[in-house]
Amino acid sequence: MSSEAVLLLALFIPLASTVFIAANDTRPDWREGATLLASLLLLGTVLSLLPEVLAGGRPSVDLFELIPGLPLRLTVEPLGMMFAGVAALLWPLNSLYSIGYMRGNKEQHQTRFYVCFAVAIASAIGVAFSGNLLTLFVFYEALTLSTYPLVTHKGTPEAMRAGRLYLGILLGTSIGLLLLAIVWTWRIAGVLDFTPGGILAGHIEGPAIAVLLALFVFGIGKAALMPFHHWLPAAMVAPTPVSALLHAVAVVKAGVFAVMKVIVYVFGIDFLSATSASQWLMWVAALTILLASCVAMTQDNLKARLAYSTISQLGYVVLGAALATSLGVIGGSMQIAMHAMGKITLFFCAGAIYTATHKTEISQMDGLGRVMPFTFGAFLIGSLSIIGLPPLGGSWSKWYLLAGTADAGQWAMMAVLLVSSLLNVAYLLPIAARGFFAPLTHETGEVSVRETPLACIVPLCLTASGCVLLFFSADALYTLLAPIATR
Amino acid sequence: MIDHLPALQVVIPLIAAPLSALFRPGRAVWGLAMAASGLSLLIAILLLRQVLEQGVISYPMGNWPAPWGIEYRVDAANAFMLLIVSMIGTVVIAFARTVVEQRIRLPEHKQPWFYTAYLLCLTGLLGMIVTGDAFNVFVFLEISSLSSYVLISLGRDRRALTAAYQYLIMGTIGATFILIGIGLLYVMTGTLNMMDLAARIPAVSGTRTIRAAFAFLTVGVSLKLALFPLHLWLPNAYAYAPSPVTAFLAATATKVAIYVLLRFFFTIFGAEFSFNVMELDRILLPLALIGIFSASVVAIFQTNVKRMLAYSSVAQIGYMILGVSLVSVTGLTSTLSHLFNHALMKGTLFMALGCISFRIGAASLDRMAGVGRVMPWTMGAFVIGGLSLIGAPLTAGFVSKWYLILGALERGWWPVAALVLLTSLLAVIYLWRVVEVAYFKPAPERPVREAPLALLIPTWTLALANLYFGMETSLNAGVARRAAETLLGVAP
Repeated sequence: MSSEAVLLLALFIPLASTVFIAANDTRPDWREGATLLASLLLLGTVLSLLPEVLAGGRPSVDLFELIPGLPLRLTVEPLGMMFAGVAALLWPLNSLYSIGYMRGNKEQHQTRFYVCFAVAIASAIGVAFSGNLLTLFVFYEALTLSTYPLVTHKGTPEAMRAGRLYLGILLGTSIGLLLLAIVWTWRIAGVLDFTPGGILAGHIEGPAIAVLLALFVFGIGKAALMPFHHWLPAAMVAPTPVSALLHAVAVVKAGVFAVMKVIVYVFGIDFLSATSASQWLMWVAALTILLASCVAMTQDNLKARLAYSTISQLGYVVLGAALATSLGVIGGSMQIAMHAMGKITLFFCAGAIYTATHKTEISQMDGLGRVMPFTFGAFLIGSLSIIGLPPLGGSWSKWYLLAGTADAGQWAMMAVLLVSSLLNVAYLLPIAARGFFAPLTHETGEVSVRETPLACIVPLCLTASGCVLLFFSADALYTLLAPIATR
Repeated sequence: MIDHLPALQVVIPLIAAPLSALFRPGRAVWGLAMAASGLSLLIAILLLRQVLEQGVISYPMGNWPAPWGIEYRVDAANAFMLLIVSMIGTVVIAFARTVVEQRIRLPEHKQPWFYTAYLLCLTGLLGMIVTGDAFNVFVFLEISSLSSYVLISLGRDRRALTAAYQYLIMGTIGATFILIGIGLLYVMTGTLNMMDLAARIPAVSGTRTIRAAFAFLTVGVSLKLALFPLHLWLPNAYAYAPSPVTAFLAATATKVAIYVLLRFFFTIFGAEFSFNVMELDRILLPLALIGIFSASVVAIFQTNVKRMLAYSSVAQIGYMILGVSLVSVTGLTSTLSHLFNHALMKGTLFMALGCISFRIGAASLDRMAGVGRVMPWTMGAFVIGGLSLIGAPLTAGFVSKWYLILGALERGWWPVAALVLLTSLLAVIYLWRVVEVAYFKPAPERPVREAPLALLIPTWTLALANLYFGMETSLNAGVARRAAETLLGVAP
């Protein structure tokens, strides 16, 4: 099969699976079987594109013209390959976990849940493989709309409020700022294709560059750059599998991925570093990193703490992009994969704790590590990876980012990264420490469940091992990503 | 036969109208109306293809050549308009049967009269578009207006009568202004043919009479197209008319008025006179912006969803006029493209709302709680129409919004571009209120079923058209651009 057909198949599989899922509304086993099968098929399909991309191939396919002269174009390039790979790899694990979680908690509307989930994955794949800005915009909006029913899943007034905030910020920024930036780019450059080296050089100069960049990075609200980050903590009312895959991986990563793509392929890092138009962005990213970490420390609700941690960690990616150096871009891109693996582990653990004990507050989790050793062990590994300690994947992205700051001579940024690592230690490690070492208090009460359902345990152990595995396979990731920065 | 298409475009529904009055109530009369509007659609498609291949078609009515007889003149702009009107006309008549049988305020034996009025209205609208004669425009305008007053008054709510009366007064003032304008033009030039008018006006364009004619025509047509602040008749008329009538009028009547405006400004007076000498854009731009903004805000506070969509229509008309006031090919492309796309989206929305009120009796927000679960197909169409109205990509609405922003940026009007985007967010707000109530409020206690297929099929036809024309843009962007170039007189 030609790689163009494979590319279309990657988009088609999750969409087609929705038909089967919806048709088996009354047969949960079939419905969830269809989800698992589709996720495995998607993984195989996406991985089969890898050899060609590694060999330097850039398979591309045009579907139809959205605006005369502007086709809906799918193209595979290394950055997108990595993002699609991460999403496709984690979907099967997350599906398995969802089965355990949704059944364990007897959630309502499970069919709607699985259908929207599959559409969201298809949109994320579309974002990953988009070949021009307009295509990116299309799938970006599809991702927002398909995840809205997942955020409001519970249907409670609180969930509805969160859904309004979610839709308001994400649609507001994307229509109000991102679309304007895209039309502006089209007006001055006459093309919207993602091109190595960028398309804007020579078409725009002076302060306008920084303004356009601001429209892009704030327009991509999914990157959760402050002050447009409120939607992410609000979205935590969703069931935990949604928080795990979508609000730690697919949705937020689609945001920072889009920022990275815009900086690498629309502006071009040489153009940005020559004009210093991204200096201000570095500071905004640094501020986001530090402030979000500080807020995370004050949160007692586990998922809220993880959400603020995500905001802070997303700042790393934006910072890497804003440095506009090769190492910064590679470090930022690697952070997409490394943080995904670490954070999904943490969310899986949070959901496992909730399923087993119905506890959501960290202060109630004293001593739980002794009854749930696998869950808390995985949580510890995930935390260490987020902090960036070897031998876990997260250490590499931090390493390249630090090297990037040194390369750019931005010593202040290096200090920010180091301080932030300390803050990570301060808000993540106490959770695992309390679980293992604090005595079981009265508040914890009689814990009758020893561990969560197996369908929850297996995925979180796998992603925790994934964090270790990523440490040893960073070389492969570097080989994949190197071409995007060597221009 | 093929040579007579321009005439047949008007004649077929005109003949079918009195014929349908002779029928007994039932399916036969509906079939006749359906056949007549379907034929109109076919003719419109053929005409558009012919124009795109061969250029302008001129047809002397009754074989009387132009200065004496009436000329029908079809170019890319009005062929495009003919397609919009006949397409909506056909889809809505398919929708109308069930509603006419059960939901309008007519005794059963008078039901065929609905189709008479409907076909007359269609005749008038098509005639205004196809004709190349200024006075003929007025004649067809009156035909369509009078029949639309009748159609509006058929709403079940008794307030439909006052709404129709209000529209009658405002519409008559507008029509009179148009007549005065045309009369003044005739006094100064001695002709009513549009091409001749365009040739002779420059010689006398400095006179006060021509300027007065221009003013009368502008105000008269603006009344008919409901430009802010002359829109006051519209919300009531749309809210209380029967649902097929609302869908039809919202999707076509104001659009045709905008087309007439374009024809007078660009073809007869010429862009130079209208926008450089009279500086019309200085009036249109602020009115359009205020209209967009205020109507969108008012829409947010409506509890009757039909009325909310009516205010939304006033805002959307603002977008179209904004495109005109840009006076560029891109701006006009956005206007023409939005004429088409807005017909699709509002047609879908009003028909979906028609399905809902057919089942639950009223279209007020509090009664729509949980409708999404009991009428999934209807609400599905509503959501698609809503996304198109917001301008989400992959729907038709995105295309026109794209050109409008591009046009504003071309002129360097940043605040205008920003305001267009901001107001699409207001559309998100007023539409999402409906979606939330319909999907997340508990379902109604009383049993409610999905709308009958006879209503769902036409609704979904238009809903899918929203998606189709969001992905296949050669018609609503490509042809719209050619039509814009024709109107501006720049050769493609």
